[in-house]
Amino acid sequence: MSKTGSTHIKLPHSCISQKVSDIPPSGIRKFFDLLSSMEGVISLGVGEPDFVTPWHIREAAIHSLEKGYTMYTSNQGLPQLRQELAKYLESCCGLSYDPENELLVTVGVSEGLDLALRAILNPGDEVIMPDPCYVAYPACTSLAGGIPVQVPTTEKNNFKVTADDIERRITQRTKAILIGYPANPTGAVMVKEELTQIAELAQQHNLLVISDEVYAQLVYGVEHTCLASLPGMKDRTILLDGFSKAYAMTGWRIGYAAGGQEIIKAMTKIHQYTMLCAPIMGQMAAIEALKEGNSEVGTMVREYDRRRRVMVKGFKNIGLSCFEPRGAFYAFPSINITGMTSEEFAEKLLMEEKVAVVPGSAFGQCGEGYIRCCYATSLAEIQEALKRMGRFMKRHHTR
Amino acid sequence: MKQIFEALEKDARLTPEQISAMTGIPAAEVKKTIKKAERDRAILKYKTIINWAKLGEEEVWALVEVKVVPQRGVGFDAIAERIYRFPQARSVYLASGAYDLAILVAGKTMQEIAVFVSEKLAPLETVQGTVTHFILKKYKEDGEILQGGEGIKRLPVTP
Repeated sequence: MSKTGSTHIKLPHSCISQKVSDIPPSGIRKFFDLLSSMEGVISLGVGEPDFVTPWHIREAAIHSLEKGYTMYTSNQGLPQLRQELAKYLESCCGLSYDPENELLVTVGVSEGLDLALRAILNPGDEVIMPDPCYVAYPACTSLAGGIPVQVPTTEKNNFKVTADDIERRITQRTKAILIGYPANPTGAVMVKEELTQIAELAQQHNLLVISDEVYAQLVYGVEHTCLASLPGMKDRTILLDGFSKAYAMTGWRIGYAAGGQEIIKAMTKIHQYTMLCAPIMGQMAAIEALKEGNSEVGTMVREYDRRRRVMVKGFKNIGLSCFEPRGAFYAFPSINITGMTSEEFAEKLLMEEKVAVVPGSAFGQCGEGYIRCCYATSLAEIQEALKRMGRFMKRHHTR
Repeated sequence: MKQIFEALEKDARLTPEQISAMTGIPAAEVKKTIKKAERDRAILKYKTIINWAKLGEEEVWALVEVKVVPQRGVGFDAIAERIYRFPQARSVYLASGAYDLAILVAGKTMQEIAVFVSEKLAPLETVQGTVTHFILKKYKEDGEILQGGEGIKRLPVTP
């Protein structure tokens, strides 16, 4: 007899859709399983701030709960939050979005990305995106019935995608360009002139651009340019952003999409049937973040910048070449010198020195030969990790 | 240059080399800047925040409100100076409101503080009155939460 709860029934293979079966599991998750059984590990494998959400934001959410704000909100999100978002986009990028029709509050940027792709893609439509890129870009494109077309980017070009390289991959089926700068996993930032070339290309070929700008506020010594703010781009761009990274609010799951009325309407249609609305507590917290959270963002950015410098210099000192990341909170050093693959390197480093990093190959073929190291970790931990990695490099420095 | 002091204020044990790595300012320049700030008393001293209770050491603190008569020509400064020279007075502030000087007093025992207030502070000529509040528990000091704190709750690997 089988115990209750355990099942011996073999489900037919076909019970999982072909589309889902075809998608590889996230390379980041694989590492998580390995790690969860180990102790004393310093993890540079995270993708979120080590700061806790600033207290006044948490306090505002607590207050809203006390007041009984526990209901659904309108599908598009609380009107006050959309008004604050419109004000924010006006002041930071000079963009004027109508809170009624051009903004949608989503469950993190992740949902926004999914909605955007599902709203615009017909089966077989192609989406051009950089390689390496955030793990969800190709996966969500495939899930939405599209075909991800990846443009290799290289360290030589500071992991920026060029308009020329994109143009070579444009076909009759190309529907959109999907970019995310400042970039996860590389920390690359694209400046205004470079983005302008992509914007012009999109206009020439009548393409949409999905721009994931969740790291927009985390830039160091360069200015972030919002793609939608470039001439002629507002209606062509689906701008995705959220509160997770800049305000240290990952667990609240609040993001937003800004774009042309038609697209936002289509995205809202999917959102209302699948998600209904983003959680009200998170939306309440987001209002407070927008109204009062600016000084904390500045403090966190300054702290990340200190850590960034220490990490990049530290890598160079132990023989890992690393281009200077100017945004997000990742460094992406080359491990070429060891002759190992990214996965071998990451596994060995974890086993031998208990430092967790994410193999660059998890983010695409062009990430092979690199590792993603997050510097949203205390300076003491970064310094200890560098010490351990220095020992590791002495043993494995082969080339 | 502000970055140098921001880094030091967080961790006084940082070496000029470490600060240089954090800020991108050459180590020699960091050293020079710190030396100058020490000379100018922009940096007063380097201290450690110790949670004495955790070490099992008894320590008593009191916040003493002092009402004084300001003196012609020197205002509150002269009396403040008389008071801050006592080593028991760890911090001395001029405050607005119901009283004039707020003094943080530390001692080994309540008795020690009581003696200081009644025999040193209260008898001073321009002191009109004092109110002593003994500190019952310290929750946060110099920006540091003494017990509990936030802790790390994030997962070791996340996207």
